[in-house]
Amino acid sequence: MTVAGFGSLALAACLLAPLVGSTPVRLTAVFDRSIPFADNVDAQIFFVARLPRVLAAALVGSGLALAGVVFQALLRNPLASPDTLGVSAGAALGAVLAITFNADFSLLGVSAIPLATLAGSLGALAIVYGLSAARRRGASSMVLLLAGVTLTTLLGALTTFVRYLADFTQTLQTVRWLMGSLDVGSYGPIGAALVPLVLACAGFATLPRVLDLLSVGAESAAARGVNVPRAEKIALASASLATGAAVSLAGPLSFVGIIVPHLVRLLVGADHRLVLPAAALFGSAFLIACDLVARTAFAPAELPVGVVTAIIGGPVFLWLLFRRQ
Amino acid sequence: MAALPPSVSGAVRAAAAVLVCALFVGTRVTSFAEAVAAQNRPGSSATSPRRIISLIPATTEMLFAMGAADRLAGVGSYDRFPPEVERLPRVGGLMDPSVERILSLKPDLVVVYDTQTELKVQLARAGIPIFPYAHRGLSDITETMRTLGLRVGAASAADAAATQIEQQLAAIKARAPERPRPKTLLVFGREPGSLRQVVASGGYGFLHDVLEIAGGIDVLAQLKRQSVQLSTESILALAPEVIIELHYGPSMRADRLDAERLVWNALPSVPAVKNNRVHLLVGDEFVVPGPRIVLAAERFARALHPEAYAR
Repeated sequence: MTVAGFGSLALAACLLAPLVGSTPVRLTAVFDRSIPFADNVDAQIFFVARLPRVLAAALVGSGLALAGVVFQALLRNPLASPDTLGVSAGAALGAVLAITFNADFSLLGVSAIPLATLAGSLGALAIVYGLSAARRRGASSMVLLLAGVTLTTLLGALTTFVRYLADFTQTLQTVRWLMGSLDVGSYGPIGAALVPLVLACAGFATLPRVLDLLSVGAESAAARGVNVPRAEKIALASASLATGAAVSLAGPLSFVGIIVPHLVRLLVGADHRLVLPAAALFGSAFLIACDLVARTAFAPAELPVGVVTAIIGGPVFLWLLFRRQ
Repeated sequence: MAALPPSVSGAVRAAAAVLVCALFVGTRVTSFAEAVAAQNRPGSSATSPRRIISLIPATTEMLFAMGAADRLAGVGSYDRFPPEVERLPRVGGLMDPSVERILSLKPDLVVVYDTQTELKVQLARAGIPIFPYAHRGLSDITETMRTLGLRVGAASAADAAATQIEQQLAAIKARAPERPRPKTLLVFGREPGSLRQVVASGGYGFLHDVLEIAGGIDVLAQLKRQSVQLSTESILALAPEVIIELHYGPSMRADRLDAERLVWNALPSVPAVKNNRVHLLVGDEFVVPGPRIVLAAERFARALHPEAYAR
């Protein structure tokens, strides 16, 4: 019932958002096949500019929200987020390297910077995963958390060093990337991000009951028959994959991944069978709405979507938090 | 003027433009003459500096243009032109000026960005005179040249160089036909290989001014900002007739330039794309508001009005 509510919210956002924009679009012209696509401005605005953006917002919003839920449960820490284990920092390093060294390659229509971002996040994931696997009996959440913070700082320092080497125009480009943007402009990057996201969702699907038990404590989960090291690895890998996919598509939008999980828990309770799908759906709807504001508020200029997520989400979350207490 | 003779058909308009330019130069000369008189007044403490450090590419190029390069003791880390700058010591840039290196070169004038507050305080403490620089519109380029020339004791050479720039710009303006003036999107940068993060010129700044002189209408002229980040939707809605995209630095190879031009084909309804009027221009004269602005203006004009430059 609750999930159906969140589902209709997300669906409504997906259907309505492409209809709204800085330019009025005639729907009759959008779907008029008698006008060649190359000459049909309305159809191009709808299919080239808006629809990929809304789809990207939906995927990034759900990916970050899911990753946030899983990291918070896995690390038993309410401050954990998709950034905590260094995956975002790895992604940022990848992007800044690609910008600074004028990386010039592409794969299946995806350009260098998203690819480098994905590679950076996977590299960071490999390091965290390797560290946790090195401790045979599963990494304690505190150790994992500290390792993540250390890795984030280390990768952040490398990013700063590379930015130091960059020239002026590259520095500007880096700053803009770090602000985040959902204006993907084509379907290629969405398709590329879909692969790791689907893999991540397959991992998430095995997790709801395990996360319920794990968030109480590793020992009691083990006593109830959970293979804790295995569950932790699946959770870690899926959440990191989802984060990497989201960051490669939109840049770092950290706010969604930390706040949406809490918002959803405040609304539906702590049962992960509800929290996971609700967070995915609410994350989508939330980011679609924020991006709508970002692309229309100061049109034709564009507002960084990360600014909107924090300005809208922050006060709403504070209100919910204090209303409940 | 001689480098860019106006076409015979545009002679009347050219004459009008020269007249306007002469009036313009005339007002400048008056204020300039007053300034020279002020400097030569007895008791004036200003003396010609002999060891100049210029942290800014634009002022470095100006100093070369006014024949004061032999007195340059150091330059900023972004200075690339003219090639002679490679022989000079580097002292950092806008974000990271090295006070230690600057002091070790014993300058008697440092040209700094006006926003480098901390550096200005440190140099004042060391008793080293500064020339504060800020860049705004196109007319500030020649204005700055004249004031800088006055400060370094090369006033007449600086004035001659500035006047030549103004005349050459006037000639370019005269050569551009009155209409059509194509609606132009001037792109400063975007993510390579995609149309993400497109940043374009708003209706303020020297490149906007250069675009208008070269005979284009800036599609974002109503936004009084130097740069504007645009969404794909806005580009489709603005429907520019010409797109000029600037690329900087030596890293741009010809094959990559072609690939980057093809990226725009994702928006086939944009008139500039449909009519094959997307121009990718490579060169660092577009980021330096100095004497080479004439070159930048001419390259814009050739892209906007190829017919006026066809032989």
